[in-house]
Amino acid sequence: MNIAKLTIPEVQDGLRRKQFSAVELTTEALRFAQAENPKTNAYLTFSDERALAAAARVDAQLAAGEPLGALGGVPIAVKDVIVTKGVKTTCASKILSNYIPPYDATAVERLEAAGGIILGKANCDEFAMGSSNENSAFGPVRNPVALDRVPGGSSGGSAAVVAQGTAVVSLGSDTGGSIRQPASFCGCVGVTPTYGRVSRYGLVAFASSLDHIGPFSRTVADSATLLGAIAGRDERDATSAAHPVPDYAALLGDSVKGLKLGLPKEYFAGLAPETGDRILAGVEVLKQLGCEVTEVSLPHTEYAIATYYIICTAEVSANLSRFDGARYGVRSAKSDTLADMYKNSRGEGFGTEVKRRIMLGSYVLSHGYYDAFYLKAQKVRNLLTQDFTKAFEQVDALITPVSPFPAFKIGEKVNDPIQMYLSDIYTITGDLAGIPCMSVPCGTTADGLPVGMQILAKHFAEDVMFRLAHQFEKAGGFTA
Amino acid sequence: MKLTEENVRYVAGLANLTLTEQEIHQYTEDLSGILTHMEKLNELDTANVEPMTQVLFAGEENSSLREDIEHTPLANEVALANAPVSGAGYFKVPKVIER
Repeated sequence: MNIAKLTIPEVQDGLRRKQFSAVELTTEALRFAQAENPKTNAYLTFSDERALAAAARVDAQLAAGEPLGALGGVPIAVKDVIVTKGVKTTCASKILSNYIPPYDATAVERLEAAGGIILGKANCDEFAMGSSNENSAFGPVRNPVALDRVPGGSSGGSAAVVAQGTAVVSLGSDTGGSIRQPASFCGCVGVTPTYGRVSRYGLVAFASSLDHIGPFSRTVADSATLLGAIAGRDERDATSAAHPVPDYAALLGDSVKGLKLGLPKEYFAGLAPETGDRILAGVEVLKQLGCEVTEVSLPHTEYAIATYYIICTAEVSANLSRFDGARYGVRSAKSDTLADMYKNSRGEGFGTEVKRRIMLGSYVLSHGYYDAFYLKAQKVRNLLTQDFTKAFEQVDALITPVSPFPAFKIGEKVNDPIQMYLSDIYTITGDLAGIPCMSVPCGTTADGLPVGMQILAKHFAEDVMFRLAHQFEKAGGFTA
Repeated sequence: MKLTEENVRYVAGLANLTLTEQEIHQYTEDLSGILTHMEKLNELDTANVEPMTQVLFAGEENSSLREDIEHTPLANEVALANAPVSGAGYFKVPKVIER
């Protein structure tokens, strides 16, 4: 057994054949993850006790002859913006450095109900704000593929543990590309489901109209299994969707012959040459599988960055007002008056990027600027969404790059917020429209840096997206 | 759009954030640059476009409502467990009203 390469079916096969027990596998997975973690800093916290208790429950079920859950015995990492009862959840922020949640997120509850084993909490950009994982208050994550480079962000730790082999699958969150971009940088599969497909209850809110929880894995099938286990209506999140959840993993084998794919021309300008070459080679593979490929246009793409950073920062300024030094988190020592307590706890507790976004959001919502910025952005968001609606009248899915370039060096872009924001150009549109999208490995550059291909589909058409990605993976042999 | 340090101090007050002089200087520059990029949206005529205020799709009316069933809330001591300062079953904050 090579613990660093295990897939969900291999874990379950080993358990059923009694090659190992869930407790044995969990013990070894924790040992391996803790030994490897100093290389990447991908985990912030390990939850040994909770993991071993969950594993013992799986073993008891097996001993009683009960069927194994969809995630039975599978070692999983959870991004540290998703709350876990009794296990420290910091959002990679100083202000929550001591926070022990009194409840579980719905996604966490569901993955444990399916037999999943939570090994620990994955590092990320502070409050999920960033594209490189350099904004963590607890140090950056290193890309396991090239240790001097960023793993992407904000779910950098969730991508790194899967690429490094220190978890079989993981949960991340995506607001503007925070699952797909790190998946592409680290060479794994990352999925942003339809808005509302997975309950956001217990996901610490960043931008509520854009936030999604989604899976990372080394194979497409494993992401399909993980999403199937956590998706579905949750009465604790009024925006969660009541649509039935199909058995995604069972539908992967269906042919993709005759599917119509669109290449949005706006997404192929300004790419690093090698990235463009890899994606076009990937499109050739899809053609050989029988897909019909046509060029389409998403004409408002050039307005997406401005729209996104107005809407997301506006929501940030509202959502992060809950961190006040009163009810949880760290209170400033300089708290002589109530106003000082608020201002100093927030000023000392938040990092540079988080404060920058709170400031921007407060500005675009402030008196005299609301219509010019926020209302305008909501209107353009509608235009961007209509672009997709029109494109999906012609095609079943869209194929694009995930990022204009592969993983960059740690420190390379950290002092230029606008350049960092512009690197999100191909991923933020999917979040603004609320459609499902994913990154699937599409080979590497000459330097060995992974390139990710993005697949975008209609609302709730995750099955189409997974099928395409799975057939592509089988044909291309690009799996991490 | 060029912001002044005064603008930035005003917004920091709205956002309840203590900023250092260095941060004020930095954010004045950053916000000016980012807001200038955001003005790009003015190229578009949106007079007849509805703002997108919901991301939800094709849900039936009232589909986000649930049955009105009682649940046990967090126990008082559990809710207070993360408070920096608490006492007598309450969150404690600096005194607001002078006697």
